[in-house]
Amino acid sequence: MVEIPEHLRKRAEAARAKAEAAKGGSATSETKETETVADTPSETPSSGDEKIPAHLLDRGVPAGNQPSISEPSDVPPAQSGPQAGQGPDGHNQRLLTVVKAGSIQDVKTTPTDKVHVWPHLLIAEFLAALAITLFTTLFSIVVNAPLLELADFNRTPNPSKAPWYFLGLQELLTMFHPMVAGVTIPGMGIFLLIMAPFIDKNPSNKPEHRKFAISLMTVHLMFWAVLVMIGSFFRGPGFNFVFPWEGGLFFEL
Amino acid sequence: MAETNGDKAAGQALKEKLGQIGGKVQDSQTWTAIFRPGSIFRKGYTDSPRNRSYVIMNSVLYHLHPVKVKRHAVKVSYTLCLGGLSFFLFIFLTVTGIFLMFFYRPTAAQAWDDIQTLQTAVGFGLLVRNMHRWGAHLMVLTVFLHMARVFYHGAYKPPREFNWVIGVILLTLTLLLSFTGYLLPWDQLALWAVTVGTNMMGYTPVFGEQVRFVLLGGVEIGTDTLLRWYTLHVLMLPFVLIIFLAIHFWRVRKDGGISGPL
Repeated sequence: MVEIPEHLRKRAEAARAKAEAAKGGSATSETKETETVADTPSETPSSGDEKIPAHLLDRGVPAGNQPSISEPSDVPPAQSGPQAGQGPDGHNQRLLTVVKAGSIQDVKTTPTDKVHVWPHLLIAEFLAALAITLFTTLFSIVVNAPLLELADFNRTPNPSKAPWYFLGLQELLTMFHPMVAGVTIPGMGIFLLIMAPFIDKNPSNKPEHRKFAISLMTVHLMFWAVLVMIGSFFRGPGFNFVFPWEGGLFFEL
Repeated sequence: MAETNGDKAAGQALKEKLGQIGGKVQDSQTWTAIFRPGSIFRKGYTDSPRNRSYVIMNSVLYHLHPVKVKRHAVKVSYTLCLGGLSFFLFIFLTVTGIFLMFFYRPTAAQAWDDIQTLQTAVGFGLLVRNMHRWGAHLMVLTVFLHMARVFYHGAYKPPREFNWVIGVILLTLTLLLSFTGYLLPWDQLALWAVTVGTNMMGYTPVFGEQVRFVLLGGVEIGTDTLLRWYTLHVLMLPFVLIIFLAIHFWRVRKDGGISGPL
């Protein structure tokens, strides 16, 4: 005979006691029931099972017959054979065990808190677009784009500067061979940027777990920003170093 | 008192009339041909979760946005709107750029004069040129900051590593777009900035001379360079950029929306 797990046996016993108490209580007295109930709590497995009707927890008995049955459940299922098929609609069902979802399902995705794109996201986007349009328009009313004299191949302006985002490269040109400054370094830069996700194997996106990556990037960005600043504001005639407050500003956007 | 009642009745009648006209328009074949079944323009909008979904689901916006996003994704403090602003600036620059194209001929003899005329003789010419130029600088900035933002959030990590690669390509394309546009005014600033830039590219190992020749359309910067860079600026680079943008946006959604929260 299959051994019934300890906790299920206890639960069944408790339920049987309860059912019996209820049956007797209706006939005799209320006190008996309260006594039985007072006995059982130590044996009741958990409060979560209270929703399940007690008679369904009786393992030895077909569901259809349960309310009227009061024999002990160590009657093996084979012996209750004659009663088979006497449940509702001819079925013979009983509750074998209760398995809570969490114990067998491996729930990987926790439900995420989501909001509707309209209006939450679209309004933010619309306002951002409006703000930047306003800013650009107002700025354009106040500041004119530069238009110097007609291009002249015979008059090289001193200094000649690249657009501001390339001034870091032009700054490097003062230190390295043009091939290194103009091709190798920017080429390596773009290549390393592209490779970043394949080099950085750290799976975390928390700043405290990726101090090295963040420091490295910050150092490079700062290095680049400083080079662009120097190239923009601190380089005068002959691309020599000047202080803008002394030698003047040589910068056009 | 009587008069206000009369006004009320008249107002009521007008409202009814307008409602009837509105209903007729919304039932017409033209209207139903334009707006899909379920569109809020067909059945009206009252604020409900279902209608909020329909706004996206039954409009072209569905190509860009899902119906719902993670709550933290709409926090401005997370994205700073940088990616969206870069895209918006691209549209902004396309619109202002098309305006400029009406008044500009990309030849060494005419380019500078055309811009001079645009600024002095065309209504809003100066303003639109300013907007195009400042918008362009701003776009370089927002694209760059967007990259920095994505890096600091670790948003390039799997499964988003390919979208990061696309992003770096988009950054490069943005710089190229800005740089090709820099030559077009054909003034001293344009000419010599581009001279500095292309001289550097001439130092590419092995193919240096060829690279420079292809870029300049000759051995020296001249009217051929102008035409070449104009075509790159108004047609080829935007075309390539749009293709990569489409992949970029598609992957944002396929990779599970924006990253985070931290």
